[in-house]
Amino acid sequence: MGEGKNNCGDSDNNTGVNVNILVRKLNKHEIAVLPFIKERSEYRDIAERAEISPTAVMRALQWLSNKQLVVLKDESKELIELGSNGKNYAKDGLPEKRFLKQIKGRTPIEEIDLPKDEINVCIGTLKKKAAIEIYKDNGLEVEITDAGKKLLEKDSLEELFIKGNFPKEIRSLSAEEKFAFDNLSKRKDIVISVLDKKTYALLTDLGKKVIAHGLPKGDMIETLTQGMLKDGSWKDKEFKRYDISINVPKTQGGKRHFVNVAIEYARRIWLDMGFKEMTGPMLQTSFWNFDALFTAQDHPVRELQDTFYIKNPENGKLPGERYVRNVKAVHENGGDTNSTGWMYKWDEKNAMKNVLRTHTTVLSAQTIAMLKESELPVKYFALGKCFRNETLDWSHLFEFNQTEGIVVDPNATFPHLLGYLKEFFKKMGYPKARFRPAYFPYTEMSVEIDVMHPVNKKWMELGGAGIFRPEVVVPLLGRDVPVLAWGPGFDRIIMEDYEITDIRDLYKNDIKQLRNMKMWMR
Amino acid sequence: MPQVTINRRVFEKLVGKKLSDEELKDRISMIGTDLEEVNDKEIIVEIFPNRPDMLSEQGFARAFSTFVGASKGISRFKIKDSNEQMIIENSVKNVRPFTACAIIKGMKFNDEKIREVIQIQEKLHITYGRNRKKVAMGIYPYEKIKPPIRFVALKPEEIRFVPLEYDREMNGRQILTTTSTGKEFAHLLEGLDKYPVFIDSEDKILSMPPILNSHETGKITEKTKDVFIECSGFDYYTLSKCLNILVTAMHDMGGEIYSMDLVYPDTKKTSPNLSPSKMKLDYKYINRVLGLDLTKNDIEGYLEKMGYGIESKNVLIPCYRTDILHPIDIVEDVAIAYGYENFEAVIPNVSTVAAENPFEVFKRRISTLLAGLGYIETSSYHITNCEQLKQKMNCENNFVALANALTSEYDTLRSWMIPSLMAVLANNKHYEYPQDIFEIGTIFKKGNTETGVIENDRLAICLCGEDRNYTKIKQVMDYIFSNLGKEYSISETEHGSFIEGRVGRVSYKGKDLAYMGEINPIVLDNFEIQMPVAALELNLTELFKLIK
Repeated sequence: MGEGKNNCGDSDNNTGVNVNILVRKLNKHEIAVLPFIKERSEYRDIAERAEISPTAVMRALQWLSNKQLVVLKDESKELIELGSNGKNYAKDGLPEKRFLKQIKGRTPIEEIDLPKDEINVCIGTLKKKAAIEIYKDNGLEVEITDAGKKLLEKDSLEELFIKGNFPKEIRSLSAEEKFAFDNLSKRKDIVISVLDKKTYALLTDLGKKVIAHGLPKGDMIETLTQGMLKDGSWKDKEFKRYDISINVPKTQGGKRHFVNVAIEYARRIWLDMGFKEMTGPMLQTSFWNFDALFTAQDHPVRELQDTFYIKNPENGKLPGERYVRNVKAVHENGGDTNSTGWMYKWDEKNAMKNVLRTHTTVLSAQTIAMLKESELPVKYFALGKCFRNETLDWSHLFEFNQTEGIVVDPNATFPHLLGYLKEFFKKMGYPKARFRPAYFPYTEMSVEIDVMHPVNKKWMELGGAGIFRPEVVVPLLGRDVPVLAWGPGFDRIIMEDYEITDIRDLYKNDIKQLRNMKMWMR
Repeated sequence: MPQVTINRRVFEKLVGKKLSDEELKDRISMIGTDLEEVNDKEIIVEIFPNRPDMLSEQGFARAFSTFVGASKGISRFKIKDSNEQMIIENSVKNVRPFTACAIIKGMKFNDEKIREVIQIQEKLHITYGRNRKKVAMGIYPYEKIKPPIRFVALKPEEIRFVPLEYDREMNGRQILTTTSTGKEFAHLLEGLDKYPVFIDSEDKILSMPPILNSHETGKITEKTKDVFIECSGFDYYTLSKCLNILVTAMHDMGGEIYSMDLVYPDTKKTSPNLSPSKMKLDYKYINRVLGLDLTKNDIEGYLEKMGYGIESKNVLIPCYRTDILHPIDIVEDVAIAYGYENFEAVIPNVSTVAAENPFEVFKRRISTLLAGLGYIETSSYHITNCEQLKQKMNCENNFVALANALTSEYDTLRSWMIPSLMAVLANNKHYEYPQDIFEIGTIFKKGNTETGVIENDRLAICLCGEDRNYTKIKQVMDYIFSNLGKEYSISETEHGSFIEGRVGRVSYKGKDLAYMGEINPIVLDNFEIQMPVAALELNLTELFKLIK
């Protein structure tokens, strides 16, 4: 946005800055300070003249400099000033001079009127210059020499120095002055050097224009208050314009967990496609989790290293006798299904073992068992946590989200399965899908779904699908009806979308992560 | 799934056709195996568990050859009678009751072939053999063996032989405790007072299945020409299939198959049996499931492409296929031959009514309400540990433990929700306060259900900050109930997790539904949280039932 381009103010032709708008952005300190800035003004002078504290002036100058109305220049000088001794000496003369003046022939030291510590310094200094002779026969006595008398005739370099004007700038000292300064610096509190820092504000062309334009008179509205609205006083005033690009503190709000948000999205897809939700327990008997799904009792998936079993209660109850009888028969010899079955002795006890469900397909089995012929066709879906006995690391979790759908339709065919899958994954955000043969114990046709990753353009495996085997459907439903089923693991899609690479980060519950996680955008 | 590495040169020779890398990749995926890698020398594939016959170069090539049209129909295997006997004695009946055997002659072994045979044996052991539990196989240089061979069970002390790759004789027990395979598979013989062995007519022990062979009679070398093969286990059908897979692969390596007579105490059998089994072809069924309109000829052509034979309305199933249980399995192979990529994806014009589970809707509304209060929703594992549920929370609790957890950190199902939220607060101490969090999750308790476990969904809220107190948490409970248009009642109670006198039992329609109060500083100490916490836990499952 070209600031103020559409505004009917007097635009500055060179910079495109609208002076009229700029003036209204000035706060009261800036307005107070501006009239006191001449070509080149030191901020303390401004403070004095504007009768505002120097810190407030400095802050206002900085804002003005951000707005390019002034340029700030720092200058610092090293200055010499007289110390407390120096000031006295400038008036009374240096102590050694006063010392010399008081000597009359051989003079006992006690007769010299000077502080004791200065006397000692004087004796040392004068002795070095051979200005005095010292006698110790009769107590301590001093006598002035010819050199000493000469010293009394004129001012020393040091005396000249301290009698000069102060402050002096170090840079502009002459060689003699420098010599005197160095000597005096060695002595106590005669000269001191101070750093003199000055900040000058220089009006820019823009600054001059702003002043020429005229600064706003009277108060501008800083904060609109209830009172102003009540009495309508805002009508007579102008609003101060804000720097709208200013950084403001972060705000925090309540938020749903990002995984749950993604799950809601998947739920939406199923509903859009006309599916009914099925729910059920996570803890299930092996009967429903495995046996009803025609998974042989010696199938590796049932082993301890894959499935979580329960210590107590170790076993559950088997369902109605009809299901048990049918499932047993189908495993042992195919029952009424025309199948050979797995040809082994099916063990009821094994089926009673409680497990944490390893797939939501267990809910599909239970749903099919409850269906009545007259209800067909039906479509169901489930969303839920499933479990596998795995050690936690960056790519493995013992809990995972699965979503699952079934279509129980006497007229369903394999192309229908592919049709539902295509549509489902399209809605999931993957318009391109391909299907490969796969194997699952409870489906035949079994399909592996690859989707084209929309960004990196590579095929990505997203899950399994198939038509339930007659050995699954017949014992539960009583007759062979095609059941199309698919159950993509969902965590991969969730991780993809939130750009999470360590799967444990899905559930680390770091408050900062939860607060900052971006919105689900599919 | 087992990975198989295939020598590409040998494979191409067996298939009888050369394919480009791209064609290979595509066809291998579409036959129903997972391709891992193709390079100039090797093809690496993962074989699905329903196709153990494809675990060998030979078996894989045989299936692939018909699939890509280099050959057609069922493979036939010539079999000659060796007239040799395997005598199965009564003593193995309760130990390892069955064996099926064969002799292969004319094998020209070299390093690579030996490696290949061992690979097939290994892969079959792991997969179809269920880690030797269901089937174990042995391959022996036939020259060193004098038939008839007996399959007997002996006391471990009576078994004495030099195990393969060892230099001293051991007895049965020593083999299980000293050799590495012995240690690995000792559990398969656990509790038995007799172990099974194969013994030849000169009383030489050939092997002790399912553990290992004898060094003398059980080592294949480049000099070996003829081999004796046995499969042993508990189910004759399974091990005869296993034998078929092995002998047909060795046949394709150039060997000649000889059968053996199996003399069981009560019956006689001849193995291997390589004749195909038959299944009636239901052309209508195939078309119905696949939604296609294939002719009889089409279907038969597709079946031949998958290595089947056709014999007057019957499909002939090769002797090495283990996965054909039902006509649907034939349907799938027709689909694979037709090509999954050639099916049209069709959405049928069927009307069904969508429905969300009303309880899920309820939970979502509660979550939205709480997020509106500025609270952050968390999501914790269902599996936790009893220390967190009980000791750290300073209260008694009954819970459901896992039988086979891998770590003690995650070995118990959560029985209430607040501990999970306390753990979250404990992990976020470095961030600014207040921290107000909530979670709706499933908890597990023993109860009278099919599994003996009741699952309920509970809402927990923890408000953590300088001024988070009883008033604050009660405000939230009030807010929830007023949004539901309901009123709850509250009574004094005691709960070790809360400060005495600052904890309430909330009930609705006479049913206890929630606790709320200020968390006991003992609990805060246990979690090392130096900030007050006010919390509530509300049983949403019950609440929903009551207000519906």
